[in-house]
Amino acid sequence: MSFINYSSREINCKIVYYGPGLCGKTTNLQYVYARTSPEAKGKMISLATETERTLFFDFLPLSLGEIRGFKTRFHLYTVPGQVFYDASRKLILKGVDGVVFVADSQLERMEANLESVENLRVNLAEQGYDLDRVPYVVQYNKRDLPGVVPVEELHRLLNPRGVLEFPASARTGAGVFDTLKAVAKLVLVDLKRGAQ
Amino acid sequence: MSAALVIYEEEARRLSGICERLTRDASAKVVFLVDKNGQLITSAGQSQGVDTTSLASLTAGNVAAMGGLAKLIGEEEFPSQFHEGENESLHMTIVARKAVLVVVFDARTSLGLVRLRVKKAAEEISRELEQLAKHQTPPGTRSPLAEITDEEIDNLFSA
Repeated sequence: MSFINYSSREINCKIVYYGPGLCGKTTNLQYVYARTSPEAKGKMISLATETERTLFFDFLPLSLGEIRGFKTRFHLYTVPGQVFYDASRKLILKGVDGVVFVADSQLERMEANLESVENLRVNLAEQGYDLDRVPYVVQYNKRDLPGVVPVEELHRLLNPRGVLEFPASARTGAGVFDTLKAVAKLVLVDLKRGAQ
Repeated sequence: MSAALVIYEEEARRLSGICERLTRDASAKVVFLVDKNGQLITSAGQSQGVDTTSLASLTAGNVAAMGGLAKLIGEEEFPSQFHEGENESLHMTIVARKAVLVVVFDARTSLGLVRLRVKKAAEEISRELEQLAKHQTPPGTRSPLAEITDEEIDNLFSA
């Protein structure tokens, strides 16, 4: 749920990065954090285990600039990808304005990808959202690895609705900002539609 | 998608006023009012040097996690929480099911006084939030989002 504050003249929106364990959600945020100027970003928070696995969420606040005198801020969150953290994933989807699904392009993670998309649909529905109506983009991550599943195949399996999709390598940064810009834009267009 | 939470200047002023009074009456260091989704609504007291954005996000995460725990044991929610630190302590209260009132305090005051003052402030904030829910957009005020052009959205991403 976006937050419009007329007093501080701010518009805040929430974007959640979803996907199976070790698909690169946190790496996406780390790249965005590393490549954003200090004045446009806040502190990145990672609630992680001692082995650097996301335990609850990562959080990164970003400022994009002004629209009609209102500062536009995006709060980026990741969910913990591991299957048994489902209760936490549900909590993080509360009040979401846009979702990025980060898929792992490796063949051996295909089942995990499919399970995670289904889990996203179910958990969004529990919060009263429909995946087919939420601003939503898909990222095919780890394209830099050898022998990954072709994008056409990933598209067929994970994106039958044909939403915007981006091949990416969060480790090198390829496709990371394209993904973020696309979802942020969809969120603003959706908010505009809702406000009319 | 769900409707946006909108705070107009008048309500923002009144909510700030309640938080400022609470800071004084409870001898607190700083008071924050946070939306349950992790957005800071207002703050009062010595908030300089505090990363308010992170504070709001972590407060929401904490309250959401405690709410999940409450449901697991058959409670609707835990309306308030207290965390005692060596020097600073933190008191959180859920207000009107949609916001969290966070009070940071030290040894200059006591948990009892904080609890007492929070109770009154929470009632006032609750009333304000109810009003806010009924608030009709004042004539002449349109959502800043309603009239933005695709070009303006594109411009945000051109830098």
